[in-house]
Amino acid sequence: MKERVHLGLDLKGGTHLVLQVVTDDAIRAETDQAIDSTRQELQKQNIIFRQLTRTQSNTLQAVGVDPNKDADFRRILNERFTEWDLVSTAGEVPNTYTIRLKPPQEQAYRQQSVDQAINTIRNRIDQLGVGEVVIQKHGGPGEDEILVQLPGVDDPARVKNIMQSTAQLELKLVDSGPYPSQAAAAQNYGGFVPSNLEVLPSVERDVASAEGTYYAVQQVASITGRDLKGAYPSRDENGRPAVSFNLNADGAQRMGRVTGENMGKMLAIVLDKRIQSAPRINGRITDSGIITGGASGFAPQAAQDLALVLRSGALPASIKYLDEEVVGPTLGADSIRAGLIAAVVALLSVVVFMLVYYKLSGVNATIAMVLNLIILFGAMAYFGAALTLPGIAGVILTIGVGIDSNVLIFERIREELRAGKTAVSAVVTSFGRVFITLVDTHLAALISATFLFLFGTGPVKGFAVTLVIGLVSNMFTAVFVSRTLFEWVLNRRQRPETISI
Amino acid sequence: MIELFRDIKVDWLGKRKLFLAISGGLMLLGLISLVIKGGFKYGVDFKGGTIVQVRFKQKPDVEKIRQLLRENGAADSQPQEIAGRNDVIIEFQGAKEEDASAGRSIIISALNKGFQGQFEVLSATSIGPKVGDDLKRQAVFATLYALGGILVYIAFRFEWIYGAAAVFAVFHDTLVTLGLFSIFNREINLTVIAALLTLVGYSVNDTIVVFDRVRENLKIRRRDELETIMNDSINQTLSRTILTSGLTFLTVLALFVFGGEIINHFAFAMVVGIIVGTYSSIAIAAPLVLVYTNIRGRAVPQVAVPTRPAVAKTVAKTVAKTPKPKRA
Repeated sequence: MKERVHLGLDLKGGTHLVLQVVTDDAIRAETDQAIDSTRQELQKQNIIFRQLTRTQSNTLQAVGVDPNKDADFRRILNERFTEWDLVSTAGEVPNTYTIRLKPPQEQAYRQQSVDQAINTIRNRIDQLGVGEVVIQKHGGPGEDEILVQLPGVDDPARVKNIMQSTAQLELKLVDSGPYPSQAAAAQNYGGFVPSNLEVLPSVERDVASAEGTYYAVQQVASITGRDLKGAYPSRDENGRPAVSFNLNADGAQRMGRVTGENMGKMLAIVLDKRIQSAPRINGRITDSGIITGGASGFAPQAAQDLALVLRSGALPASIKYLDEEVVGPTLGADSIRAGLIAAVVALLSVVVFMLVYYKLSGVNATIAMVLNLIILFGAMAYFGAALTLPGIAGVILTIGVGIDSNVLIFERIREELRAGKTAVSAVVTSFGRVFITLVDTHLAALISATFLFLFGTGPVKGFAVTLVIGLVSNMFTAVFVSRTLFEWVLNRRQRPETISI
Repeated sequence: MIELFRDIKVDWLGKRKLFLAISGGLMLLGLISLVIKGGFKYGVDFKGGTIVQVRFKQKPDVEKIRQLLRENGAADSQPQEIAGRNDVIIEFQGAKEEDASAGRSIIISALNKGFQGQFEVLSATSIGPKVGDDLKRQAVFATLYALGGILVYIAFRFEWIYGAAAVFAVFHDTLVTLGLFSIFNREINLTVIAALLTLVGYSVNDTIVVFDRVRENLKIRRRDELETIMNDSINQTLSRTILTSGLTFLTVLALFVFGGEIINHFAFAMVVGIIVGTYSSIAIAAPLVLVYTNIRGRAVPQVAVPTRPAVAKTVAKTVAKTPKPKRA
C-alpha cells in the first residue's frame, strides 16, 4: 500500500515552501526597457528632451520634451508604445509626459514572470535530482505565489539558495574605472552620471587599500544570460574555482562584434548587478567567457551552484520566502504510527460493537466498511492523491460515516420488524426509505467537503480529498453492497421470516 | 436482540425553552471568555511565526533551553516539553518580517550553542504574517461557502425554514466549540478549522436524518400536530442518533488518545463537536422550525394551516413515485 498510495510530506518528511515572486521587479525591468527604446526613438527623430526617468515601477516620465514636437511625441507614443497609456502631461517642468503601462498588460507581465519563475525553478531543482518535487502556482490570482514541496529534503538551505539566486548575467562595456567609491565615479562625470551609464560595485577589492571598487559601465548590456548556451564549473588562471560559459550563435556573433570594436577597453562580467570581473579585451572573443569569484575565488560548491543556476536561466524577478515547513523523517514515522494506531483502534472497536449489537448483520456492516476503505485507498492511489496526516483523520471520519449509514439501515429494519413486517419486506422497505436519507446526508456532506477542497489550502485540502472519495465510495458500499448481501442471505434461506439483526 | 433504545417517549420539544436557554448560556460563556482573553489563541499557521519541534537524546533541561534562547536573540520564544518524550516544541514570534527561515536558523543556532549534536530537528515551520492572514481569511470563506451550500441544499430538498434551522444549529455548534477552545485555552490552527468543518458536516447529517423522518411522518400522519410529529420523529431516530454519535465518538476518542501531538487540537474539536452537534440536532434545529411555524401560525392563520401539506408537497416533488397528496 505504501508504494501505491503517495504519502504526504508530513508523513514522509521533507520541505514545504511557499515563495512569492516579487513581480514588481519584472515590471520595473519592463519600464526600464521602455525608457531605453523611448530614448532611442526620440534621438532618432531628433526630439530634444531633458530627462527620461522611471517614477514608479510601472510609470515613466519624459521631462522637458521640445514643445514644438508635442504632436510628434504623441504620434510615437501611439504608434510604437501601444502597451502604454499617456496618463498626464502635468509636471513641475512644462511638457512633462507621464506614461504608464496599461493595467491588463501589467497583469500579463506579472503573470508571465511567475510562470517563468516556475519554469526556472523547476529547471534548477530538476538538476539537483530531488525526486517527486511539486512546483506549482499557489494562492489566489494576483498573489504571485509558488508552492514548492521537496520530499526527503530536511535541510533546505542549499536548495533555497539555488532557487533564490536571480542569476542575471550581463556583459557590459566599461566606460571608466575603477573608482574607490560611487561618488568618485560620479565626480569624473562632473557630479552627474550620464543616463546611458551606471555605476556598479565590484566584488574585487583594491589590492592596496582593500577597499571596494566601482566601475562606470554602459547601462545597456552587450550580452545577457539569454544568450548563454552552457555554463560549467572550471578554474581561473590562478587555479581557483570559477565558472566558464559559452554563448549561442546569436550571442557569439554579438560578442564578436562588441569585442572586435572595443579592443583595449574593459568588459565587465556582471552577475546580479555586481561586477565579478572586468577583464581587458585583448582580442576578438566570440563564444566563451569565464566568471571569476574575486580575490578569494568561489568556494567549489558555490561555483557548481552558480553554473547550475546560469544553465537554468535567470529568474525574471527576485523571490521571497513566505512560508517554510520542514518535517524530519523521524516525526513522519511517528505520525504514521500514531495515525495507524488510532485508525486500527477505531476500526476494531467499531467492528466489535457492530458484531455484538447486530450479530450477523454486523458482518454485513464490517464487509461494507472494509470494502469502503479498500475503495478509498484504491481511488487515492489512482488519482495520485497524497495521504497526509489530516488525510488519515479523513479516513477515520469515513469510517464514521460508514457506520452511520449501516446503523441507519439496521435500526430501520428493526423498526419495520417490530411493526410486524416479514424479513424480506422489512429489508426492502428500509433500504428504500433510508436511501433518501442517505442521499440527503451524503450530498450535504459532499457539498461542504467540495467547498473545503476548492477553497481550502494544504492540510484542509488533504482532508477534503479523502472525505470526498470516502463519501462517494460509502454511498456505494452502504447501499448497494450491504443490500446485496442481505438479499443473498435471505434468498438462500428456506424460510426467510427471520433475520439476524 | 440487544436493544438499547425502544419505544422512547420523551417530550423533547416541550423542553425547548430549557434547551434554547442552555445553548444561549453556552454561547454567552464562550463569548465572555473571548472578551476577557481578548480573542482567540491562534496557532502559528494563523498568526505567523516559527515553530520548531526538537527531539533530544536525553531528557532535556528546559530551563537551560530557555536560557540559551534568551541569550541568543530569541527571547520572544516559548519552549514547551511534550510529556513522556524527550521532545520540546519551541514557538518563536520574532523575525517574522524577514525571510521565512530566519526564525528557524535563530532557534537552531541558539540550541547548538549548548546542545550541539544532542538533538534532532523533527519539524520546523515558519509562516510569514501574510500567509497567516490569507489562511485565516480563506478558512472563514470556506466555512461560509460550505454553510451557504448546505442552506441552499436543504432549502431545496425541504423548505427554506428547515435549511435555515439546520444552518443555525450548525452555527451554534461552531460557536460553542470555539467558545470551549477559548475557555480551555486551546490553540486554533488549520487542523482545528478542518475539524470544525467536519463537524458542520456531521451536525447537518444528524439534523437531516431527523428532518427526513419528520418529512416522512408528515406525509402519513396528516392529522397530528407538528409538535407531536417532531417529538415522535426525534424519538424514532434516537437509537440511530445515539448509536452513530456514540460510535463516531469512539473513533475520534481514539484519535484524541492515540493520534499524537499534531492532531490533538483537531481531535479535541471533534470530541467536543460530536457531543454539541448531536445535541443541537435534537435540541436546536427541530425546535427552531416549530417556533417559527407557530409564530407564523398565530400571525397569519390562513397560511399556517397548510404548512404541513406544503412540506408534503416538497416530499412529493422529491419522491417521484408518491402520488401528489391532496390538500387536507
